[in-house]
Amino acid sequence: MLVISCIKQVPDTTQVKIDPVTNTLVREGIPFIVNPYDTHALEEGLALKDRYGLRSVALSMGPPNTVATLKKACALGVDEAILLSDRAFGGADTLATSQVLAAAIERLAEKDEVGIVFCGKQTIDGDTAQVGPGIATRLGFTQLTLVDRIEWLDLDKKRIRVRRKLEGRHEIVEAPLPVVITAVRELNRPRYPTVPMRLTAELTEVTVWDNQVLKLDVETVGLKGSATWVSKIFSPERDQGEIIGDGVGDPVGTAHLLLEKMLSKDLLAI
Amino acid sequence: MQSHQYFMPVFAVAILAFCYSCYQRLQLVGEGAAENRFDRPGERLAGVFAYAFGQKRVLARPFGVNHFVLFWAFMLLLVANADFLWEGLFPGSGLSALPEAIRNPLSLVFDLVSLAALASVLVALARRLFFAPSYLGNDYTKPCSGEALLILGMIATLMAAYFVLNAAHLALGQTAWMPVSLAVSSLLRGLPAATLETVANVSWWLHAVVLLLFLNFLPRSKHMHILTAIPNCYFRSLENPAVPPREVFEPGKRFGVSDVEQFSWKDLLDSFSCTECGRCQDLCPAHNTGKSLNPRRVIHDLKVNLIDGGKPLIGAKGEGTSCEEALWDCTTCGACLSVCPVLIEHLPKIVKMRRHLVQEKARFPEELLNLFENMEQRSNPWGIAPSERGKWTGTLGDRTFKKGETEYLFFVGCAGSFDSRAKQTTVALATTLDRAGVSWGILGKDEICCGDSVRRLGNEFVFDKMARGNAELFRERGVKKIVTACPHCFSTLKNDYKQYGVELEVVHHSELIAQLVKDGRLGAPKKIDQGKVLFHDSCYLGRHNDTYSAPRDVIEAATGAAPRDFERNREKGFCCGAGGGRMWMEEQTGTRINHERVQEALKQQPDTICVSCPYCMTMLEDGLKDQGAEKVRVKDIAEVMAEALNDR
Repeated sequence: MLVISCIKQVPDTTQVKIDPVTNTLVREGIPFIVNPYDTHALEEGLALKDRYGLRSVALSMGPPNTVATLKKACALGVDEAILLSDRAFGGADTLATSQVLAAAIERLAEKDEVGIVFCGKQTIDGDTAQVGPGIATRLGFTQLTLVDRIEWLDLDKKRIRVRRKLEGRHEIVEAPLPVVITAVRELNRPRYPTVPMRLTAELTEVTVWDNQVLKLDVETVGLKGSATWVSKIFSPERDQGEIIGDGVGDPVGTAHLLLEKMLSKDLLAI
Repeated sequence: MQSHQYFMPVFAVAILAFCYSCYQRLQLVGEGAAENRFDRPGERLAGVFAYAFGQKRVLARPFGVNHFVLFWAFMLLLVANADFLWEGLFPGSGLSALPEAIRNPLSLVFDLVSLAALASVLVALARRLFFAPSYLGNDYTKPCSGEALLILGMIATLMAAYFVLNAAHLALGQTAWMPVSLAVSSLLRGLPAATLETVANVSWWLHAVVLLLFLNFLPRSKHMHILTAIPNCYFRSLENPAVPPREVFEPGKRFGVSDVEQFSWKDLLDSFSCTECGRCQDLCPAHNTGKSLNPRRVIHDLKVNLIDGGKPLIGAKGEGTSCEEALWDCTTCGACLSVCPVLIEHLPKIVKMRRHLVQEKARFPEELLNLFENMEQRSNPWGIAPSERGKWTGTLGDRTFKKGETEYLFFVGCAGSFDSRAKQTTVALATTLDRAGVSWGILGKDEICCGDSVRRLGNEFVFDKMARGNAELFRERGVKKIVTACPHCFSTLKNDYKQYGVELEVVHHSELIAQLVKDGRLGAPKKIDQGKVLFHDSCYLGRHNDTYSAPRDVIEAATGAAPRDFERNREKGFCCGAGGGRMWMEEQTGTRINHERVQEALKQQPDTICVSCPYCMTMLEDGLKDQGAEKVRVKDIAEVMAEALNDR
């Protein structure tokens, strides 16, 4: 049985700046990282591999340099890493992205039964949280979003029970396999790669599937297959708030200033 | 006189057994990995004279005098005992065949030296029995261990037998310059000649048998150091001993040490050279605050593991294995290295074992996961965006290092760039350098962490990337001189980077400021009263780089008075608790190291504690807060100097 972890290479958003003139992301020299939520998706796939002997596959759609991200997955111990890369896939929104990922999962399912697909709950660049549910919908898999714990997995009965982390409460859900699970940070602690695994990963070939392999209608993928597109990116103007005092030079005085300010605006209920 | 015909076989058996034991031990040492410790023989020999024959480190403690006496007594009595054995095999052909003019002074020397040896053994015995210092014992041995008592008893017996033997000969009418033996012979006077013959015979055999037993006991006990200490001093590290060796990252290799044979042969020789004096244990900040680590135990366990064979080196139970917690307890302060009389290298062994845990097992305290990822991803411990690095310059304007123009690269380091408290030191240093007209510049967002923490924590793979990156950056930018306000950056760039072909002039800011004061480039700073000032030695500036006076000179120039010292200072300084990557780890066992250091400071009721390291700054400030003593200020030496300059 396969356990598939979908991961995305994203720019390290702490380092991304928006060009104030052109209102576009300044991506030059910005390092890429594995989307942090996806590291939990990857870890859970590996944990199930360790525990049940499932075959773990990492899947990513992106430009050719996404190989670096997939090699990180190899260093952590996935059995196979597949890059979905084609010029036709470029500029995709969540709809078109889930289309390609779902097609790839279907292709994998031809050879081996797919049990669980893990995704991060959302990416830190797009923040939509739509790709996981999109894959589930396209594949007709049960979708279990925002999962913070797997209660149990019964491979004989092909059922899984998970705990979902919702606002202010938890929800225990049971479902038949196959499922798509989107992971929150609390699901696990991602492992750290060993050096021998890293060195092996550097030599490992990442499988690349382009559209000649997936044979998708080009009108349904990439920019053409997208229902939405980005028209403008901008930093919101700050219309409120100010920096007062000198916290470094005079922390006590600054604290007083702040306190007075809050008292004057009656922000502190005394 | 003696029944020598029996001695030949006894001697032969004993010597064969001794040689076999030594061979066994040497063979074990030979199982270690290759390491070149044969270069620069002149320098090595000079070290042997200083550390072995001169007993330099032994004498660093008052009681070391006793060992000095015993050591030199042994050296001289080596001749006497060789002669004793020779005469036993071939009577009349040893020193006794020499003319009296030579024989008499020799006898006198041997006689007096034997008394000295006996005295020092009795003193040592008394010390172990009645006034043993706490560091002699620990969880696996006591000051009065059977082994210690046995060896002291053997030496005492040898000396006593020697005196009685000579006394009997003197009583029988021999003449020799032997005042001590003569005094003993007065007790034997009046005994019939036959009895004296028997006394001589019994003493001779007692001496012979104990001597041969002693010889055979050596390789099987901690007293192996009698044989290995001198070679161990010869094969010592001629580089900075705290710097672990570079690793090569190729598929199929092993990384770090998990089996005893992966240590170098010198590491294994170290284990046979330890005589369990306990000085490392006495100074170790981890051991002193109730943690699992005891550097002496690490060496002991290595030896037991090597001899017993087959036991896991890390993580099993009982003797012969180091527990993981102990390995993570090390602050790499280097106190053990600096105090060991026979120059055992504890610290690199701990780092090598950490390397295995991190690199082959990915097993480490969980709080390090973030550190490792931040370091790899954003090249600083906090994971702050690299673009923020140069922001501290604020109103100082663009201070980018310019190739061919700027003299000093100010390597600001992670703390100095990102930590709000350490940034104040950075600014203080920058303004001081400006005041002196020093040409300096920074790399800003291009600066990457020096890698100190990851290297000490055993993440050599990540360190390797950082070091290669920095080496390339320095070459590219044409950097020749570096100044840094962080002793960890300082020591790493200066010592560790040599392994990457980086041989630059690296100075710590204390050295540079002290030099600027000396050269008159800072004018006459106004002496600012900082109250009672205590100076805390940073391990990586002091012990690791032997720099003790520069920071004190700076404080003196800025305050008009030399700072006071902690009770434990300079070579014996006590770590703040943050070195070796401990800065990024929780301290769950025992008491906190920084609390211990702060309590030591508070005994002197200081107004200001001066530091020369951003880690020490954090640890001492936190410690003072925890002890409710925030009134005591912690200041970097650069801040003290900047205040003095600004007040002019």
